[in-house]
Amino acid sequence: MTENEVVRSLAGVLAAAGPVIFGVTGETISERAGIINLSMNGTILLSAMGGFAVSLSTHSLALGFLAGAGIGALVATVVAFSSITLKQSQVAVGFVLALLCRDLSYFLGNPIMGQMGPRVSLLPIPGLQHLPLLGPLLFTQDPMTYLSFILIFLAWFFIFRTRPGLMLRGIGEKPAAAYVRGANVGRLRYFYAALGGAVAGLAGPIYSLSVKAGWKGTISGLDGIGWIVLAITIFGGWSPFRAALGAYLFAFLQWLGLVLQPSLPGVPSQVLQVAPFPLMILTLLLVNIGQAEWVERTLARMPEPVRRDLGKLLRAMNVTPPAALGTPFEKD
Amino acid sequence: MLVELRDIDKTFGKVRANAAISLRIPPASIQGVLGENGAGKSTLMKILSGFYTPDSGEILLDGKAVQIHSPADAIRHGIGMLHQDPLDFPPMKILDDFILGRQGGLFPNHRAASREFRELAGQFGFALDPEAYVDSLTVGERQQLEILRLLWLGARVLIFDEPTTGISLPQKVKLFDTLKKLAAEGMTILFVSHKLEDVESLCTSAAVLRQGELVGAAEPPFDTRLLVEMMFGKELPLAPKKTAVPGGKILSVKSVSIEGVRLQIRGVDLDVRSGEVIGLAGMEGSGQSLFLGACAGLTQPVGGSFCLDEDERDMTGRSHLEFKKRGVAYLPAARLEQGLVPGLTLTEHFVLSEGLGGLFVDRKKAEALAKERISTFNIKGTPESVVEALSGGNQQRALLALMRPRLTLILVEHPTRGLDIESTIYIWSKLKERCEQGTAIVFISSDLDEILQYSDRVLVFFAGQVSPPLRAESLSVERLGALIGGKDWENLPKEAVNA
Repeated sequence: MTENEVVRSLAGVLAAAGPVIFGVTGETISERAGIINLSMNGTILLSAMGGFAVSLSTHSLALGFLAGAGIGALVATVVAFSSITLKQSQVAVGFVLALLCRDLSYFLGNPIMGQMGPRVSLLPIPGLQHLPLLGPLLFTQDPMTYLSFILIFLAWFFIFRTRPGLMLRGIGEKPAAAYVRGANVGRLRYFYAALGGAVAGLAGPIYSLSVKAGWKGTISGLDGIGWIVLAITIFGGWSPFRAALGAYLFAFLQWLGLVLQPSLPGVPSQVLQVAPFPLMILTLLLVNIGQAEWVERTLARMPEPVRRDLGKLLRAMNVTPPAALGTPFEKD
Repeated sequence: MLVELRDIDKTFGKVRANAAISLRIPPASIQGVLGENGAGKSTLMKILSGFYTPDSGEILLDGKAVQIHSPADAIRHGIGMLHQDPLDFPPMKILDDFILGRQGGLFPNHRAASREFRELAGQFGFALDPEAYVDSLTVGERQQLEILRLLWLGARVLIFDEPTTGISLPQKVKLFDTLKKLAAEGMTILFVSHKLEDVESLCTSAAVLRQGELVGAAEPPFDTRLLVEMMFGKELPLAPKKTAVPGGKILSVKSVSIEGVRLQIRGVDLDVRSGEVIGLAGMEGSGQSLFLGACAGLTQPVGGSFCLDEDERDMTGRSHLEFKKRGVAYLPAARLEQGLVPGLTLTEHFVLSEGLGGLFVDRKKAEALAKERISTFNIKGTPESVVEALSGGNQQRALLALMRPRLTLILVEHPTRGLDIESTIYIWSKLKERCEQGTAIVFISSDLDEILQYSDRVLVFFAGQVSPPLRAESLSVERLGALIGGKDWENLPKEAVNA
């Protein structure tokens, strides 16, 4: 591969990571508020199909994306309603929704299968696109990819630098303490679950209108992305920057699978396609290994300098979830 | 601010938590609210602070009736409460915790908040770094943070719910100074406690609650006997101190070093003999929990060794399960989180801990066992009660009841934290029974009286430093208090007693 090709491929990796970034950012917002939206896989498929269908019939890309966000918010609201108002298990409801929305997308999407629809085009940034290396990498992308870059910063800034963001962290960490400080915990949780769902719902149309344009039903290749999104949210330690890192790693691994295919003729192509998934899980395991008892036990027996540095590394990688994640809030 | 409560009534299910309680608290005073666990103190305070809405009755501030529907309403009226378990955010920065809940624009002004925080902290001599994290603070410092935060929000009435639980003596002294200062500035302070000596040394008047009713009031100088009678409806004798004759070696700790996240313990030596009680004293987070956890095989030491029994079996690096098999029991401070299984009934707990054989649970046998233990340990509950429905004292009794009959070593964190006098006396009588059967006990407490009353020997922890074992008779509350605060350590080694 020439240098040019590598840069172009990496630019493709950044674009391919776009929808994953929307997914993990949405899930991060929702989980920061204490709501696990396990329906992600179904949400992405249904919003991909829905966004494409709307775009196809209205010839408007904007309406397609709007439809995707709307579907995401709607599914998330179902999760929020059953957990906040009905006090049911978020995990059970989310899981069922993940399956339901997936099958619904295949069923409802039948009539538009394989049709040619509108597609988001590249929008090189004048002036910046001719920068060496960075130009083709960062500034020759489509608008949604630019938005994914901005989203990372925006979400981080909101969560960690603004007053409502502070309260968002509060309701996910200790809702009773947030309530004492004047928060309407139930209402805020509804809001952030829906907002997170809407952001994640944009991931669908980004696939169907850009990254993997069109709707091809079960062979769209989107099934499973939502589960990886959930895993990356954990790997990301509920922080947008780290989550983005996970999303790029995943997109990179997927690309690597494609690139390596010709040079590894002995390996079935399915193996390379699926490889990113177990590799992501493996990364997750490694990241959180410091919590395991046997690791602590082994570590305690190591010589001083090794122990200190290794321990520091493991602690730095370790993340703790919002303390009230997945639990309902009751005053008494 | 003058606070008046009139005929406050509150019922939970069948329990009348507050029955027509009326209380008048003038400004610039410290009102003590006494009562045993479950007397209705916390309920009354949560009503005043907006956490609960009363069934009937009214609240008047400076003579005007006010409606308080939420804690946010309460703080708008100038009422702030420090809850028994601090309602703060451990993973956050102190400054973020401080700002959270304050109204204002989209972007909080960190610099201004930090300046005001330092100014306020300076007024009270609190050494808190706004850039540090809340989980690095001791319980006492978290209280200080809450005090500052509520004052910053404009609180004129401050409610303290059991503030002396889980803090050390120097911190208590500091807290009391702060409360007196606040009262002198015209604040109205409500001080809820079941500890008589705290109320006696601090409050300008005291009200006593029993079973949801206001049974009496008192002014200083307080008559302790009268207060006890009002609280319990009877007098309570304190068991006389008995010193057990120590027997054979149970646990040998040989120059053990342990590393925690923020603190290191180096070279601890200790021999624990059968029938002995060892108290671990120190401010919260000085290393005593780390050490106790290591004695149970829960934390791994990085150096030295732990040996069990007469034959000095080396247990270093073994898991907790293996310690348990050798007769070591560990009772954690977080009863509900680590000690019991929320959602399971008492019967189910006994089934789990007794390991009744077979695939199927023998319901009849299990229930009989539960009934027997419930009556022996005087637990207020039925075999079908889920553990989280029990009060703190009864949860601790349940933990004791769950311990196997033949144990060599019992490790307890804060055996009586948050319990009233009656439960405290009961818990210790049960623990002492075990000692008479030859079991050794190692316990952590931040209550110095408890340490001196019940231990034979004491280890003092200060920022990871560990004193040699000291005979309890050779210590006084003042002396122990100084050691815990890191003073007087030069004169220690001479007094070391190991056996």
